[in-house]
Amino acid sequence: MFVLAVTLGAILALGACAKKKQPPPPPPPPAPPAPTASLSANPSSIQTGQSASLTWQTTNATDVSIDGIGAVQANGSQPVTPTDSTTYHLTAKGAGGSQEATARITVTQPPPPPAPVAAAPTDEDLFSQNVKDVYFDYDQAEIRGDQQSSVLGDVQFLNQHASINFTVEGHCDERGSTEYNLALGDKRATAVKNALVAAGVGASRIKTISYGKEKPFCSESNEACWQQNRRGHLVYQR
Amino acid sequence: MHRKWYGSGKHQDEILPSNTYRVTIFSHGDPISGFFSHARMNHARMSQHRPPSPSQKLLRTGRPGLSGLLALACALVLLLITPALRAQDWVKTGTGLGVEKVRLAVADFKPSSSDPQNDALLKTFNDTLWNDLDVSGVVELVSKSFYPLQVPGQPVDVNIPAWSAPPPNAAMLAFGSFGVAGGKLTVQGWLYDVKNTASPQVLGKQYTDTPSDDAARVIAHKFADEIILRLGGGIPGIAESKIYFVSDRSGKKEIWVMDYDGSNQRQVTRLGSISLSPRISPDGSRLAFSSLTKTGWEIMMYSVDLNRLVSFPHMGGTNLSPAWSPDGLKLAFSSSRGGSPEIYIADANGANLRSMTANKGPDVSPIWNRKTGAQIAYVSGATGLPQVYTMETDGTGQQRMTDQGYAVSPSWAPSGQFLVLAWIRKYGPGDPGALDLYLMDIASKQWVQLTHDGGRNDSPSWAPDGRHIVFQSSRSGKEEIWMMLADGTKLRQLTFTGRNTQPNWSWK
Repeated sequence: MFVLAVTLGAILALGACAKKKQPPPPPPPPAPPAPTASLSANPSSIQTGQSASLTWQTTNATDVSIDGIGAVQANGSQPVTPTDSTTYHLTAKGAGGSQEATARITVTQPPPPPAPVAAAPTDEDLFSQNVKDVYFDYDQAEIRGDQQSSVLGDVQFLNQHASINFTVEGHCDERGSTEYNLALGDKRATAVKNALVAAGVGASRIKTISYGKEKPFCSESNEACWQQNRRGHLVYQR
Repeated sequence: MHRKWYGSGKHQDEILPSNTYRVTIFSHGDPISGFFSHARMNHARMSQHRPPSPSQKLLRTGRPGLSGLLALACALVLLLITPALRAQDWVKTGTGLGVEKVRLAVADFKPSSSDPQNDALLKTFNDTLWNDLDVSGVVELVSKSFYPLQVPGQPVDVNIPAWSAPPPNAAMLAFGSFGVAGGKLTVQGWLYDVKNTASPQVLGKQYTDTPSDDAARVIAHKFADEIILRLGGGIPGIAESKIYFVSDRSGKKEIWVMDYDGSNQRQVTRLGSISLSPRISPDGSRLAFSSLTKTGWEIMMYSVDLNRLVSFPHMGGTNLSPAWSPDGLKLAFSSSRGGSPEIYIADANGANLRSMTANKGPDVSPIWNRKTGAQIAYVSGATGLPQVYTMETDGTGQQRMTDQGYAVSPSWAPSGQFLVLAWIRKYGPGDPGALDLYLMDIASKQWVQLTHDGGRNDSPSWAPDGRHIVFQSSRSGKEEIWMMLADGTKLRQLTFTGRNTQPNWSWK
């Protein structure tokens, strides 16, 4: 018993002595704090086509991502426009583990729109449906025979809708000089105006302008396209 | 130019002391007429010294029979090609390009300081000077690979025989020094007649300015013009002239301006509409053009001095293609205010408007005889496809100049002798031809084709020296501005961004 006690004492004394001599061991590193995360949606219920705002906060996270959006900043907010009800899922990862947060946005169908009321066509609609442009031959400003029916149709409509004012634009194809084409376009616009006036359309209703080759309808270099661009173009004037 | 385009630096130039200012052999009393007589004499002399042609040799030495037939064939060939040669002759004589070209060596200027700015500015200067002289049409530049290794910066450095003997075999040498010191750029430049060892100095100039890229360019232009004035028959150089043009690079067609060599491009108008047909006044102070306004196409007036639009009356109808009279007091333009597009003349402020033409077809694109101010060339569709006409400024004496095809965009040469115009000579179904530039002698209506390289070539405008023409061409794939000598050589593309059209060269 004594021997045991002495031995134990010696061991303890030796141990105490050895402990005093050694530097204290470094304190164990503190356990990294666990990340925190929160995610909210505002509003949490929207109609199809509307947007909601997702807002999130995290702490102690180095890697934050939201499913369907991807990597994001530690704190932030972002508008989203889900088409169906969606649960957004945020994952915040850090040295201390990972944390998740979710937010749900409920998407509801909007009430059906009221049945469309059949609107009366406006003068502008009628104008564009009924009035035809007048096409010209190359380098010509005279209205050719096959365009007379367009002119007659235009006269009929314009005389029935005497309140409509309009502009005749003279256009040319891309060939030839800029300046000559503007003068030629002026002659074309005037030729169309004169034909309409001669058939009884009031001159005061008609403006003319030449665009020469400045505003082509078609930009290819072939006869089909050039013919499209050689015209008197009638435009409703608001 | 009346206007400074670079910085606010004070600019001076002075003639360096020189007791051997030898300009007599190059200058003439009346620069134009003296020059032309010189050119013709030169041509005549060259003809005398021309070696006998193969056919002439044959005629002299050949036996009768087969060789006689050969001679006849050769004579026929000669007959066929002679008109073209003759055309080249009158082009060269009339445009001042027929003078025997002087072989000029242009040594890179020597840096006279070690300022850190110096290298970049000197490169700008050397490149600009070389290009100005290269495109001038009056000198033949000696390739730099032939130059002696010792390039002079000062008169004492010049080893005259090393330049006058082969390989350089130069007649003239331009050299000088270039340095930035104490915030000041100083350039000294000389022109030496290296065949005249006794008194070689033709020209010595010194320029000072605040250092900048613009200043380096402007000084190079000034020195180049001094050389061209002396070596080019007394006709002033164009290195300081400007070219106005239309560009869509801002998204809309606006008026822009650049130096004649394509540098310094900048926007003039910002109307956000469509602006076309810029025409700078003879004194460079006002720019007339045509713009689409709320009420239609109107002539607009821009003050270059005030940097803003100034008032010009709206005429009504479609108003296009203004043109200045050479005294700057009148404008001709096309107006459809009376129903059909006709040529009108008004005072430069728009007053005293009167019509000059009364045709069935559209009349447009007038240009004054800038030598006499007494005639106007214009385009008319009176007989169908547009043709170029001339008339007196009172509307009388209307004369058709082009005999066929589609002829537009005349520009009257400073000498008064020529028109350059855009022409599809052979127009018709299956034979669309090409829109090319032609030079026409007004008195004889003889013409010669200047462009052959494809694309649509239009809107020519003469340089004030009568040797250069600027125009638009689609040969590169889209419309860009090009310049060339009036005989069709030395083509240069000047613009590369967006679509650029309707160039108009300043009057000086």
